[in-house]
Amino acid sequence: MDAVYFDHNASSPLDERVLAAMMPYLASGNASSRHSFGRKAREAVDTARQQVAESLGAHPTQLVFTSGGTESDNLGLLGIGANLKPSQILVSAVEHPAVMRTAEAMRRQGWALRKVGVGAEGLVRIDDFFAALEVPTGLVSVMMANNETGVVQDIATMAELAKQRKAVFHTDAVQGLGKMPINFAELNRHGVGALSVSAHKIGGPQGAGALVFDKKLDLRAIQFGGGQEKGLRGGSENVAAIVGFGAACSILKVQQSAQHTHQLREVLEQGITELGGVIFGASAKRLSNTSFFAFPDVDGETLVVALDRAGFAVASGSACSSDSTDPSPVLLAMGVMPELAQGAVRVSLNHSNTMQEVQDFLKALNHALKKMQQLAAIAA
Amino acid sequence: MAYSDKVLDHYENPRNVGALDKNDDHVGTGMVGAPACGDVMKLQIRVNDDGIIEDAKFKTYGCGSAIASSSLVTEWLKGKNLDQAMTIKNSDIAEELALPPVKIHCSVLAEDAIKAAIADLKQKQAA
Amino acid sequence: MSKTPIYLDYSATTPVDKRVAEAMIPYLTEKFGNPASRSHSFGWEADDAVENAREQVAALVNADSKEIVWTSGATESNNLAIKGAANFYAASKGKHIITVMTEHKAVIDPVRELERQGFEATFLEPEPNGLVDIAKFKAALRPDTVLASVMLVNNEIGVIQDIEAIGNLCRANGTIFHVDAAQATGKVEINLEKLPVDLMSFSAHKTYGPKGIGALYVRRKPRVRLEAQMHGGGHERGFRSGTLPTHQIVGMGEAFRIAKDEMALENARIRRLRDKLLAGLSEIEEVYVNGDLKQRVPHNLNISFNYVEGESLIMAVKDIAVSSGSACTSASLEPSYVLRALGRSDELAHSSIRFSIGRYTTEEDVDYTIDLLKTKIEKLRELSPLWEMFQEGIDISKVEWAAH
Ligand SMILES: Cc1ncc(COP(=O)(O)O)c(C=O)c1O
Ligand SMILES: Cc1ncc(COP(=O)(O)O)c(C=O)c1O
Repeated sequence: MDAVYFDHNASSPLDERVLAAMMPYLASGNASSRHSFGRKAREAVDTARQQVAESLGAHPTQLVFTSGGTESDNLGLLGIGANLKPSQILVSAVEHPAVMRTAEAMRRQGWALRKVGVGAEGLVRIDDFFAALEVPTGLVSVMMANNETGVVQDIATMAELAKQRKAVFHTDAVQGLGKMPINFAELNRHGVGALSVSAHKIGGPQGAGALVFDKKLDLRAIQFGGGQEKGLRGGSENVAAIVGFGAACSILKVQQSAQHTHQLREVLEQGITELGGVIFGASAKRLSNTSFFAFPDVDGETLVVALDRAGFAVASGSACSSDSTDPSPVLLAMGVMPELAQGAVRVSLNHSNTMQEVQDFLKALNHALKKMQQLAAIAA
Repeated sequence: MAYSDKVLDHYENPRNVGALDKNDDHVGTGMVGAPACGDVMKLQIRVNDDGIIEDAKFKTYGCGSAIASSSLVTEWLKGKNLDQAMTIKNSDIAEELALPPVKIHCSVLAEDAIKAAIADLKQKQAA
Repeated sequence: MSKTPIYLDYSATTPVDKRVAEAMIPYLTEKFGNPASRSHSFGWEADDAVENAREQVAALVNADSKEIVWTSGATESNNLAIKGAANFYAASKGKHIITVMTEHKAVIDPVRELERQGFEATFLEPEPNGLVDIAKFKAALRPDTVLASVMLVNNEIGVIQDIEAIGNLCRANGTIFHVDAAQATGKVEINLEKLPVDLMSFSAHKTYGPKGIGALYVRRKPRVRLEAQMHGGGHERGFRSGTLPTHQIVGMGEAFRIAKDEMALENARIRRLRDKLLAGLSEIEEVYVNGDLKQRVPHNLNISFNYVEGESLIMAVKDIAVSSGSACTSASLEPSYVLRALGRSDELAHSSIRFSIGRYTTEEDVDYTIDLLKTKIEKLRELSPLWEMFQEGIDISKVEWAAH
């Protein structure tokens, strides 16, 4: 049996049409070269820029292509921060490490880092957020949707508050893209200054991402040399990956796949609840493809390995915090007990998954849980 | 850089390349630009006794737009009298060749070359 | 006849070798996992591929695979090495940096950025042949020189610096030594077990691998430390966060494996072609080779054609894809800063062409190129007032030009 892939928030397989679009450019010229080889590459990058911009409701000139979501987050924070006088940088307690570690590193440049907590459902506490803005704040970063729980934050409201305080607002939209509608122009009116996205989460290739930014901001490069991307990101353009990113954006069917995954998740979560599982962030607004859950007294790693053997690829915690077996900081921030957080398993779907797969998964889950309980009983 | 078809045409088939005898009293020679700046234009005109430009020749060291600008003005100059020649403006050249902003200086240089050639001629004829 | 345009710009980028593309495709399709996924076979499979490629890259330069850190290209490698080492060691060693005027922008620009942050930099002027004078380098070293960065092979003129001698001086001075080797892999032997180099940058797309992937060698014995420049999930042992693009890494590994296996034969073939090109072009009057001819990779020939202007020259030779100076600067009209650093006049710098030969260049390509240049140079010189003056015996350098 072919393995069933339920880990789309970690990386989503490349769509065939994306691969087809990329193939000619795997062998393309350097986009900065003037001759015809280089010109073709340049045009392809420009087309992709339009495609990505369009899917985000942004203008092509508002885009900087990067090597991925991590670099986009680094550029968003460090690149905007570089031309601001260091003051407070405010982030949510559930940010992806690409934002969190970057914000921490900015302390060295004199920034004071303030993390705003989330409630039990994973939503930023708006009152606390507002209170934190009492302190002069240059930069705010709150993610659009969480990679582990799928919880969607009220970005527009927070951006409005930040705008009143003249703080620049960045949002990590890596998990939002493709799974919920995003319109940068509208977010920008609410005060969002910059937004990060990544190709490999939407059926594009690994190795491409973008920062979308309000051109009124004084953005500074963090990688120097060569003058590409109007001097905002040095380095030969990754033409094939950028073309793939554009193609992936151009075939997104956000509404449709959200509806589809929502139906699957309803069935999935009903089954999980019946088996005694706890679903994190269940009553908050969430990405419809994501389900993060745990079973009391069941070790997550063991469960995930058992599921892998049964042919289901799911995640324990997040792939990005490589090698760590610590309980998810996101769950701890939500006040989940470490013992329960330790057992957390994430299922993340996309349009290609089927109801049959979900039903098979629930059977396999049931089986694995029973087996683990038996083993636990013998050991006891 | 994308060149217009007209620039390409003049570049591929430059008109009136060559030299006139610079010691001839009916010939005015203008040399403008500098090698270090990347362009040097040499423009020569020969007038008949009625003061009409009968012939014009050029040689240009420079980019395609510089070559096209000087080639174009040799065509325009022929048949004009000196006063008419003086009215040729760099903007006319830039417009005719659809020069991009970074290449406007080529048309300026061509206008300068015309003026220099006429000045040279007038100086000779006054002497 | 050869199919035009003929690609002679392998130093700007190389096509991906078919074998490389074939190795990559499975990692774009069925083996698409995130190598950081620890919970399923998709992730493990990707991780195995990444580690295998790391071995392949290390093998080409005789390093330990644990010394290889993946990046998005040589630009990022240079930024990480230069800013990362300078910032890490500044407090203990000092804030002086040495580099060379002919380095790639991906070295110069990060160094300039450090200057803005309070570091002091010496940009050494190379000799007229493009090589760094070792005595001058030694004289530039100071007790507070924290970092030196000197490229192995120059991208415009192909000259090979004496990295070993420079590295030994750095060692003796307690200075971290970084080498940009983006243009060197597959062209010159690199033995990092022997070379006194602390940090070395690589790029895949100059060696028949894909764009958007590179690596930084970070020496383990003695251990070299860096301040990370990209923060996040702690990938690459904290040196460089960000999801690893598995297919590109696999491509770089395969490209470097091929380079190791085929380098000796390939370089001999390319040298024959280059020498033929040089001989052919030397039949044209008033041509000047830029950079030392002996201490140079066989892939590169950089020649100035006197009395013709650079852009019109590029237009004239549009049937061959070449560069006038580096690809990265050719959007601007400045004459090459590399050639200027060698003391070339602006005119000669403007009229230079870099021919870079590679894996798919044929003898017919070279013949075609020689014929094309002979014809076109003649045509442009017929148009050139400077050529006319030269032939009349006028010394152009003595003419007073009206500046404009
Ligand atoms: C919310 C979020 N931000 C940033 C990233 C980093 O993106 P990339 O993997 O493209 O570096 C990820 C994925 O790992 C993510 O889920
Ligand atoms: C010597 C040198 N260093 C660095 C680079 C930049 O490499 P990349 O394109 O991989 O960022 C290049 C090529 O452009 C180069 O020639």
